[in-house]
Amino acid sequence: MEKVDVIIVGGGLAGLSCAYELSDSGMTILVLERGDFSGSKNVTGGRLYLRPILKYLPEVWKGAPFERHVTKERITFMGKGNSTTFELYSDRFQEEPYPSYTLLRAKFDRWFSDLVSEKGVFVIPQKRVDDLIKEDGRVIGVRTGDEEIGADCIVAADGILSFLSEKAGLRSPFQPEQFAVGFKEIIQLDSRTIEDRFGLGEGEGAAQLFIGSLTRGRMGGGFLYTNRESLSLGLVIGIESLNHMEPREEVYRLLDEFKERPEIKNLIKGGEIVEYSAHLLAEGGIHYMPKLYTDGMLLVGDAAGLGLNMLVTVRGMEYAIVSGVLAGRTIKRAKERNDFSAASLSEYERLLNESFILQEMKSFQHVPSLLSNPRLFSKYPQLICDLFEKLMWVDEEPKGRIYQSKIEELKRQLFNWETFKDWLQFRKI
Amino acid sequence: MKITEKLALDAFKNDKESHIKLNQEICRTCRERFCIYACPANLYSLNERGEMVVEFAGCLECGTCMVACIYGSVQWNYPRGEYGVQYRYG
Ligand SMILES: Cc1cc2nc3c(=O)[nH]c(=O)nc-3n(C[C@H](O)[C@H](O)[C@H](O)COP(=O)(O)OP(=O)(O)OC[C@H]3O[C@@H](n4cnc5c(N)ncnc54)[C@H](O)[C@@H]3O)c2cc1C
Ligand code: SF4
Ligand code: SF4
Repeated sequence: MEKVDVIIVGGGLAGLSCAYELSDSGMTILVLERGDFSGSKNVTGGRLYLRPILKYLPEVWKGAPFERHVTKERITFMGKGNSTTFELYSDRFQEEPYPSYTLLRAKFDRWFSDLVSEKGVFVIPQKRVDDLIKEDGRVIGVRTGDEEIGADCIVAADGILSFLSEKAGLRSPFQPEQFAVGFKEIIQLDSRTIEDRFGLGEGEGAAQLFIGSLTRGRMGGGFLYTNRESLSLGLVIGIESLNHMEPREEVYRLLDEFKERPEIKNLIKGGEIVEYSAHLLAEGGIHYMPKLYTDGMLLVGDAAGLGLNMLVTVRGMEYAIVSGVLAGRTIKRAKERNDFSAASLSEYERLLNESFILQEMKSFQHVPSLLSNPRLFSKYPQLICDLFEKLMWVDEEPKGRIYQSKIEELKRQLFNWETFKDWLQFRKI
Repeated sequence: MKITEKLALDAFKNDKESHIKLNQEICRTCRERFCIYACPANLYSLNERGEMVVEFAGCLECGTCMVACIYGSVQWNYPRGEYGVQYRYG
């Protein structure tokens, strides 16, 4: 069996970041990626927050193919037949380093893998890793097709459906409540139209999240990100709620119906759909994290269960990048000791615990259970929209009277036992 | 736009053999048909003999069907390297 120092399975953000960190170590690093090129299998929303990762990989991002830096944040609550949008603009969004950028993974990961290759890492595409090779319980290599390759350390960077962590016995079988499905369209529009429609300066971007009737009470929401010359428009829906929420509806139809809403229709008017994609994302939070290491192997990024769905932001890419770097650092130190045992690799968990990743995941540990409350996706968005609509509505009848009766109705809806319990739960965040 | 037309926009390189296999014995007794509702590409349907079938050629490789089917009927793997969907935007 041929042997290298480190095999990284998966050339996504987590795997490539780990490879980058290791590229100056003198070790032989092999990245095996199943797609035709890095990024060709990957889907995100998506927006990357730059500030959390600058400390870990400061130089890398200068030439990165970002789409737009986000200067406008919108949250839209959708009711049946109405919606309310909150919009945030801040001067701080204009200060460099810009806080966040939109991106497209097929472009972004490909660029990153070229960068990593230039640093001497072997990134081999079209290689699906099929199995782990173990000896006396420790992981010593991988099998791809009929080839076997050995390494001192294997990094599982194989994404949300990490079959490798399952094969290593590090995680329990996949369950619906741990995942949401995201699916989206790329809609091409020229950059002037995008900037005019969203009220953006040149190169600036908008991020818009939607909660409410669009998911028909299902856990989840919608997202719209502006790219340079396209929009990323999609939905994220929890699989557990998809399985059980009545009336049942094929999930893909929800996106078509969403696009028919005037709020969306006018934003995408004249645009041409150029791609349709789907991918899973982590929903379970810290409770479903697998064990992060074993003898000869580490998990990074989505494979390690590092992700947070906080309704208005999905976090995963920064976690993937920084966990990759921390795994790289751990491997360098393990190499100095020439010890890749679980005890030696446990340093990785310590580093993760000290980093913002696990601190955030702990802070937001109650979010997944909160999100399983269907009222968050139906009653409350509807209430916000109705309240606003009533405020703005002028009718034949004198306004005062309607106003009074509506306030009474609102009190009834808000000041009851159920809402009180929800409020207690929301306070935990 | 119909879902089939949307899928036609994506670049696929299809293997001869499916990367998704269903256990007909399990599907026969299933009443909820989670797969039909969960697949964002609408690839699951019942054939004329009442068997569940999946059209693997348009698969977006999300794995949703495998996770949604709590009865364990969906035996799922990524397509071999070289095959399957190839995103140009992602
Ligand atoms: C719809 C959606 C919206 C999202 N929005 C955001 C957002 O706005 N911001 C954010 O930060 N995060 C977002 N996320 C989450 C984010 O995309 C992920 O957390 C991130 O992509 C994880 O990176 P990764 O490198 O761990 O995994 P991936 O990017 O999935 O990379 C895994 C890689 O491994 C390869 N691979 C898998 N198995 C094998 C194998 N057996 N052999 C060889 N190669 C293999 C894959 O081809 C892939 O290249 C979103 C996710 C989705 C689905
Ligand atoms: S694949 Fe699963 S959900 Fe679909 S019919 Fe078969 S058993 Fe039911
Ligand atoms: S992996 Fe996704 S796209 Fe493919 S059949 Fe399953 S649910 Fe449908």
